[in-house]
Amino acid sequence: MEFVSPEGLRLDGRRPTEMRQLRAEIGVVSKADGSAMFEMGNTKVIAAVYGPREVQNRGQQTNNDHALVRCEYSMANFSTGDRVRKPKGDRRSIEISLVIRQTMEACIMTHLMPRSQIDIFVQVLQADGGTRSACINAATLALSDAGIPMCDLVTSCSAGYLNSTPLLDLNYIEDSAGGADVTVGILPTLDKVTLLQMDAKLSTNIFEDVMQLATEGCKAIANYIREVNPFILIAVYIWPSLKTF
Amino acid sequence: MLKSNVFSKKTRNNKIKKEVREVYLRDDIWCGVSSCTTCDSPAASAAARLTASTILVVDTNVVLHQIDLLENPAIDDVVVLSVVLDEVKNKNLSVYNRIRALCSNSLRKFYVFANKFHKDTHVEKMEKESPNDLNDRAIRVATQWYQKHLGDATRVLLVTNDRENKRKATEEGIFAETIESYVKSLGQPDLLDLVVQPASVDVNMEDIEDSRPSKRKVIYEEHKPMSEITSGLRHGIYHQGKLRVNRYNPFEAYVGSESIGDEIIIYGRTNMNRAFDGDIVAVELLPQEQWHEEKSLSIADEEEEEEDVHLAPSSADDAPRSTTPVNAADQIPVPSRPSGRVVGIIKRNWHSYCGSLEPMPMPAGSGSIAYALFVSKDRRIPKIRIQTRQLGNLLNKRIVVTVDSWDRQSRYPFGHYVRVIGDIGDRDTESEMVLIENDIDARPFTAQVLACLPPLPWSVSSEDLANPIRLDLRQIRVFSVDPPGCKDIDDALHCTALPNGNYEVGVHIADVTNFVHPGSPLDDEASKRGTSVYLVERRIDMLPKPLTEDICSLRADVERLAFSVIWEMTPEAEIISTRFSKSVIKSCAALSYVEAQARMDDSRLMDPLTTDLRNMNSLAKVMRQRRIERGALTLASAEVKFQIDTETHDPLDIGMYQIREANQMIEEFMLAANVSVAAQILKIFPVCSLLRRHPSPTREMFEPLLLTAAAVGINLDVSSSKALADSLDCAVGDDPYFNKMIRILATRCMTQAVYFCSGDLSPPEFHHYGLAAPLYTHFTSPIRRYADVFVHRLLAASLGIFQLPTIFQDRPQLTSVADNLNYRHRNAQMAGRASVELHTLIYFRKRPTDTEARIVKIRSNGFIVFVPKFGIEGPVYLTSKGQKGGGEWYVDEQQQKIVKMDSSLSYSVLQTLRIHMEVVEPQPNRPKLQLTLI
Ligand SMILES: [Zn+2]
Repeated sequence: MEFVSPEGLRLDGRRPTEMRQLRAEIGVVSKADGSAMFEMGNTKVIAAVYGPREVQNRGQQTNNDHALVRCEYSMANFSTGDRVRKPKGDRRSIEISLVIRQTMEACIMTHLMPRSQIDIFVQVLQADGGTRSACINAATLALSDAGIPMCDLVTSCSAGYLNSTPLLDLNYIEDSAGGADVTVGILPTLDKVTLLQMDAKLSTNIFEDVMQLATEGCKAIANYIREVNPFILIAVYIWPSLKTF
Repeated sequence: MLKSNVFSKKTRNNKIKKEVREVYLRDDIWCGVSSCTTCDSPAASAAARLTASTILVVDTNVVLHQIDLLENPAIDDVVVLSVVLDEVKNKNLSVYNRIRALCSNSLRKFYVFANKFHKDTHVEKMEKESPNDLNDRAIRVATQWYQKHLGDATRVLLVTNDRENKRKATEEGIFAETIESYVKSLGQPDLLDLVVQPASVDVNMEDIEDSRPSKRKVIYEEHKPMSEITSGLRHGIYHQGKLRVNRYNPFEAYVGSESIGDEIIIYGRTNMNRAFDGDIVAVELLPQEQWHEEKSLSIADEEEEEEDVHLAPSSADDAPRSTTPVNAADQIPVPSRPSGRVVGIIKRNWHSYCGSLEPMPMPAGSGSIAYALFVSKDRRIPKIRIQTRQLGNLLNKRIVVTVDSWDRQSRYPFGHYVRVIGDIGDRDTESEMVLIENDIDARPFTAQVLACLPPLPWSVSSEDLANPIRLDLRQIRVFSVDPPGCKDIDDALHCTALPNGNYEVGVHIADVTNFVHPGSPLDDEASKRGTSVYLVERRIDMLPKPLTEDICSLRADVERLAFSVIWEMTPEAEIISTRFSKSVIKSCAALSYVEAQARMDDSRLMDPLTTDLRNMNSLAKVMRQRRIERGALTLASAEVKFQIDTETHDPLDIGMYQIREANQMIEEFMLAANVSVAAQILKIFPVCSLLRRHPSPTREMFEPLLLTAAAVGINLDVSSSKALADSLDCAVGDDPYFNKMIRILATRCMTQAVYFCSGDLSPPEFHHYGLAAPLYTHFTSPIRRYADVFVHRLLAASLGIFQLPTIFQDRPQLTSVADNLNYRHRNAQMAGRASVELHTLIYFRKRPTDTEARIVKIRSNGFIVFVPKFGIEGPVYLTSKGQKGGGEWYVDEQQQKIVKMDSSLSYSVLQTLRIHMEVVEPQPNRPKLQLTLI
């Protein structure tokens, strides 16, 4: 199948290094401490953050010096074309919940909030490829909306490799083509990678190109997120010494 | 950084399954006209192609039907819209590839305009608008945009044969013309032959179709609509598969079906229902009581074809497959296979065919339109009716013709003339026919491919020698043995006696992958060609000449890079250890088989090289013996050798190729190297290795052999290759050639070995029947076979000295590589055979000959003979054509005999007789070889 025409256009009219249109809004769930809606093309995700608040189930607290971060990912039944009712807590949801939690934990300054708990709820409203990245971006925005101190933003973007071309931000059709799909999460200011997932094999030099492209996508998303919420509480500004680790 | 362009976004909802798709509309899609000042960007001027003052926009049907015309250089300055490309791609992939090739050809002026992503030419579906109407409207919108964009100085012309679309276009102020009127306006009458006439326009059908006064009668059943086919397939009423027409009997075809695990036979053109060889068809099984009606059907077919003299088949793939060659009325029907009829065609495999026009009288007026019947060289293809204005010009030419349509009322499909190859009978023309027919690319290598070659003169560099992965074997006495005059020397050997009484034996293969890098244009080209092709008078290389004959070729007295397999063997040829390594060698002698044989046979010679040869030969004999004990078959085929005049390229002499012990010795070590490599790569890469297997023939495939053998009182056991090998050894007749004859007949019952990807099959299926080997691959001829190049990469990767390219992780792509290699391999063989047939014909043109022949098959009106000396096979008629036995002769099926009614004379299978061979011309310019009884 031809995913990039010889004229260099993808099936939806984008060029290989172009991202889908981004849209975001904060404060969409009034009851939550922080919330955000994030759209990448037709992929639409909502995130709500509760906390920091008192730990509700002491048993879960493993480390008293740090805040407990919990994450629950779900997919609305109407989010994909075929409206099948998916059981909650299937393997994929559990895995994505874990990925989001670990990624967010890497940037939340959990040691500033001992004996407390932060809950992140992420729901996919519309799925059209790149849901993982959209969830992370929405969670970042929601956390910033809740005023939770973070050492940096986390932003995520995917890139793939089809028809011997690295492609940024795969949509559903491209994602289902069976090529490689690299999802990257970065801390843009610290210039660090916090998430890297790939579900196929690529040779190292091609992998580097694809990852480079995804990283550039992450940076572009970071710029966009800063536009949406200019008042992000970034801990590095408070404790500049952290920058040196 | 990313979105430098302004986008507007639209979504479109698909009603059936709710699916939301985005379309990003852009303002950076350029018009492709070099004089355009509006499209102002370096990217735009780089892409610009179009220069003329008239620019054509073509619609989908023009591309689909008139691609031969578009390929003619007289047509240029064409805008191909993306909406048209998409539609063409859905309907016909081969036309799509051709129009794409035109668009990327820098010598042509074809420009792709991505109209659906341009902000001004994107159209949304309107309510109740059909997809066709939507596409037509999109084409008109784009045409109008071009006219507005370029202004009045340029005329933008919509070329469409759709009357409605043309009317609407004219209403909207667009210049629109049909393809005929546009071509007429160019004033080049020859071009008109290339224009495909819509079938429905043929008003004078009766005149040309048949002379019956009635209206055109319906000959074929209607094809079922696609929806019915799909549901029929789902319910198991229809069976889907690729139709393969019997090469030797075009009225018989097979459709492989997974659903019933057998192939369905289709008898006769009526049941084939307009399907071509290679079409994907839907088939319905006939009721069981109609399963043996092949004879009545093939006789009913009006154009009964007679058999030609042809090269003796060397495997079941070449041989006629009909199991019941006799038309005896009282014959007991053999247990028949399911037969069926085609109810629909899922995918057409139409392409261009080469052949010539059926001889016919010239029409009265010259230059007027004439209808002619085209006869393809490929007998599987039915005759094709074409329309031409240059009949006189084409009658004695070999031409290329394409099929356009085939409706229910016409016996033959309609097509159009594409180009002339040359005069019939001319050797160059006929050779080109062989190439076209077998889809062989004989064009010179492109500059891009040649750019991948190392600079010449090339020699082994100090870096190569210093490379730790390379063994320095220059001091070892390495030599090669090949056919005389061989320039592409793939393999060399050495055999050193070790102090412990064992031998170190090395097989050194040209290190082609050192020069052919994965993904390079050179690699792509080689993988497309798949194999070198050996014709009688020329060789079409897989790799450019400098590689084939010099840099890779393991010539004598020069240092060359190699990939070596080195064994330690006991004098009983037991392998004690196997090593693989890249190496540098320096061959000390490039011997021919004859030279090597002469050295071994000359007992006075005691030099080291001759001793090596003798040691190897004794090892090879042991290996061969062991292989035969395991059940390997000693197969036989009639290999023919020509002596060619170097000036005229005409054959001077023709004879059987002699196999010597030296040949068998080399063959034995190549087999051993291939087996060792197969085991190594499969061990490291169990799912992505490229191997070669030879499927066990079914009992049914042996049926003709068993019938013949039984008739001469020989009992063959075909239960296993070992049993067959043993019973072949026992099949000895009165004369020495008898056993070889039986082996030749046995060989042609088997199909050929094929390449496959190890992940696609399970290990028991890896078996190589003919070699009685559980594993086999091709490693030893990388200069002339791409499979070996592939295997070299696998072997290098298995040793950790090379990184496997990404293609090895892509199973479907590996499978398609294997399929392509099989296709190319097969075509190369067919081309080789066709070339031998052609030269046989040229040879006998001036030399009528009497020779000895053997009957191999009994027919109702004669028999088929095999001529061992020339490796050909053909019919000898006892009664004149058309008489069908004429009551004068009858066939004894049991005894495989044809007996004269008064019992005065009889001929039985495998009988030896003398025949006369002569080239006759039953029709002008249609020479053929005729065999008659003396
Ligand atoms: Zn322009």
